[in-house]
Amino acid sequence: MQFRIVIKSEIGKKKRVLIFLGSIIAALIVSGLFLAFLNLNPFQVYIAMLQGSVGSVYRIEQTIIYAIPLIITSLGVAIAFKMKFWNIGAEGQILMGAFMASYFALNYSFLPRFILLLIMFFAGFIGGAVWGIIPAFFRAKWGTNETIITLMMNYVALKWVVYLQYGPWKDPNAFGFPKLANFAKNAVLPELFGVHIGWIIAVLLTIFVYFFLNRSKKGFEIAVLGESAITARDAGINIFRTIIFAMVLSGGICGIVGFIEASGVEQTLTKDITGGVGYTAIIIAWLGALKPQWMVLASFLFAILIQGSSYIQSAFGISAYSAQLLEAIVLFFVLGSDFFTRYKLIIDWPSLLRRTKENGK
Amino acid sequence: MADRSIYVEMKDITKRFGSVIATDHMNFEVAKGEIHALLGENGAGKSTLMNMLSGIYIPDSGHIFIDGKEVRITSPRDALKAGVGMIHQHFKLVDVLTTLENILLGYKTGLFVRKKEQKIKLQQLMEKFQLDVDLDKYVYEMSVGEKQTLEILKTIYRGARILILDEPTAVLTPQETNKLFKIMRRMKEQSCSVIFISHKMNEVMEIADRITVLRKGKTIATLEKESTNPQELTELMVGRPVDLSIKRIPALSDNIVFQVRNLSAVNEEKVEVLKNISFDMYEGEILGVAGIAGSGQKELCEALAGLYPIKQGEIIFKGENLAGKSPKEFITRGISMSFIPEDRLGMGLVANMDIVDNILLKQYHHSKGIMVQRKPAAAKAKEIVKKLEIQTPGIKEPIKNLSGGNIQKVLLGRELDSHPELLITAYPVRGLDINTCLKIYDILNEEKKRGVAILYIAEDLDSLMGLCDRIMVISNGEITGIVDARKATKEQLGLMMLGNKEVHHAV
Repeated sequence: MQFRIVIKSEIGKKKRVLIFLGSIIAALIVSGLFLAFLNLNPFQVYIAMLQGSVGSVYRIEQTIIYAIPLIITSLGVAIAFKMKFWNIGAEGQILMGAFMASYFALNYSFLPRFILLLIMFFAGFIGGAVWGIIPAFFRAKWGTNETIITLMMNYVALKWVVYLQYGPWKDPNAFGFPKLANFAKNAVLPELFGVHIGWIIAVLLTIFVYFFLNRSKKGFEIAVLGESAITARDAGINIFRTIIFAMVLSGGICGIVGFIEASGVEQTLTKDITGGVGYTAIIIAWLGALKPQWMVLASFLFAILIQGSSYIQSAFGISAYSAQLLEAIVLFFVLGSDFFTRYKLIIDWPSLLRRTKENGK
Repeated sequence: MADRSIYVEMKDITKRFGSVIATDHMNFEVAKGEIHALLGENGAGKSTLMNMLSGIYIPDSGHIFIDGKEVRITSPRDALKAGVGMIHQHFKLVDVLTTLENILLGYKTGLFVRKKEQKIKLQQLMEKFQLDVDLDKYVYEMSVGEKQTLEILKTIYRGARILILDEPTAVLTPQETNKLFKIMRRMKEQSCSVIFISHKMNEVMEIADRITVLRKGKTIATLEKESTNPQELTELMVGRPVDLSIKRIPALSDNIVFQVRNLSAVNEEKVEVLKNISFDMYEGEILGVAGIAGSGQKELCEALAGLYPIKQGEIIFKGENLAGKSPKEFITRGISMSFIPEDRLGMGLVANMDIVDNILLKQYHHSKGIMVQRKPAAAKAKEIVKKLEIQTPGIKEPIKNLSGGNIQKVLLGRELDSHPELLITAYPVRGLDINTCLKIYDILNEEKKRGVAILYIAEDLDSLMGLCDRIMVISNGEITGIVDARKATKEQLGLMMLGNKEVHHAV
């Protein structure tokens, strides 16, 4: 054999960062070739992307608004992932959280603002948590595949919100447009430093999840269960209860995103409220190695990438698809670089040379 | 043996794993028609050396000669071509195929498998080496001994004339071991060579012609069996004088702490795996459990720790019936269970976590509040690493990076350190070298002195007879007798393991 792929022993932090930076540079080079092909100067485009995402106070605020749901959702799914429970149902959990929060926003707008928002917060949590408990219960009780169930429940949630939007909750004053009425001012998150206070929730949740995963008994049990169910059982961990608990938290945190987006950004409920955040968060959770501090960083990089590429669409007249291609190239390299943190390629020169010689005969 | 031509010669073999030197300029040779034992502590480099001979690893430097010719072995296929075959501890067999199908599997003989032709060839081989296997029996119907014989036949059929056996007797009953030794002797008569890796001194002394001792990646000596003795071998292995005797300290009291009454359990297929088990355990007593592998040891251990559902019966610990309680309640009452499975996998540890977290696993229940306390666990980890001489870069090392023996020490260290009142320990010394075994016996005796009741499940009858106060024999999920360990004989225990009810009443 001339080539062999060998599992690396643990690599240091420094090397990991170097590999990460290397992958970004490689991605920039390859997308540079693509941009050159479009007769654009890659350097100008890259600079514009940065300008578009962090070039002014307003743009930074927009980037932060985009990063908030990414951060919180990735925190939510990371809890489930730590247990090797593949919760890809964040989309549905966000939608159900938004639905529950909207119910109170639309019907109880007479309540004082603080009380109403607090109720909406918990309603959002419960909406997401219920959507998390269902697949957790099936998995814990009958060992069903949570990937499929969480995925399918995304569609159930989506269709439910579409039904509300086109049916019973349609705003009668919208001239027949299928949309909900805007929330009353009481149901809208206030701003602090130019951004809705969802950012404070994101900061608090990051700290909470960090301590939960690293220091709490429950977090420890979730990690042990994720590594080995047999070991967990031997250690006296109640597997059923742990799965349910983890998914209440995971789904609930995603549900909070629904509340924040409905109240702080859209100021109403729409079927597009997630913007695909539930899926993007899965990638972020992996990029951040399920570590809250790294996931926050990854969320910002993502937000910059997405904001930047939407900016260059208008600045350079690039089509939306080309901009998405740039995003995809970056993702491909960053995710692919993981291979080099785990494995190394060994080329067996002596046997390669021998083989070539033999062939030459 | 007067005429001794060298068959295999390994010269100056060096292999590094990262910064660790597994074999450091090792030399090793085997003669034709010889049984050569490789002896060494865990991590001495025995398996690494043999894995290089059989093509699993490739040496960083050094030369291998077979029949005087230098060979380059880069895969198990190359090794077989050169006549080397290795029987690993974990058998590489497909359960749902027959002996014949397993042997022909993946062995290219052209487009068609000519079963009849191959069958005749196999029968000739079986006769020549006196291997006794049913070619049409399915693997899942076989005992461990049969599977091993099948592995040997498979390896010989594929062209091996030098057979490497990696701790082959670890999973066998004494009877099966004798059978294996017969096969090994037969191979020797046919001028094949056998390399025998083992920890068990008495077996090495029984079967080997020559013995090579390895220590910390170096070849220490090659000795003729006739001119050496277990004491000398152990000292070469460990590098300093060792007292080989297992100490038995007298049992303390006649206070009964643990009673099992009419315990029965069925498995998922509704087959009765534990049948009406009843026994008592005294404070400060080591009660041994002997039995052929798969006689209900695992189910018994798990049932006594609250992990296996029981059909009926009582588990009375200090006057309280624990039957039906959750595993956590068994743990908090001071019942500790550790089971080292044959493959050493899934034995109550988390491979990706470090030593501290693995120790925390049995401690965090006891601390107050909702947070875990890592500091005391870290202190414990340091203590255990020092006490059991665990080789690790640090207590923050994920345990998957440690060697099998060291991982096992982490587990035992943790279980013993929880200061249980009832310690159930199954195969604690499985696969460990003699020095570590003795250390673990010492630790068990220490616990015994503290008044802990110890249920000690083992396969090795020597250690059972040396360490325990009484030995309970189980066969097919049933107790066939409880005897005084001081008066028991191997023959008596062997018969009881096969299902003969107590040969004569002892205790």
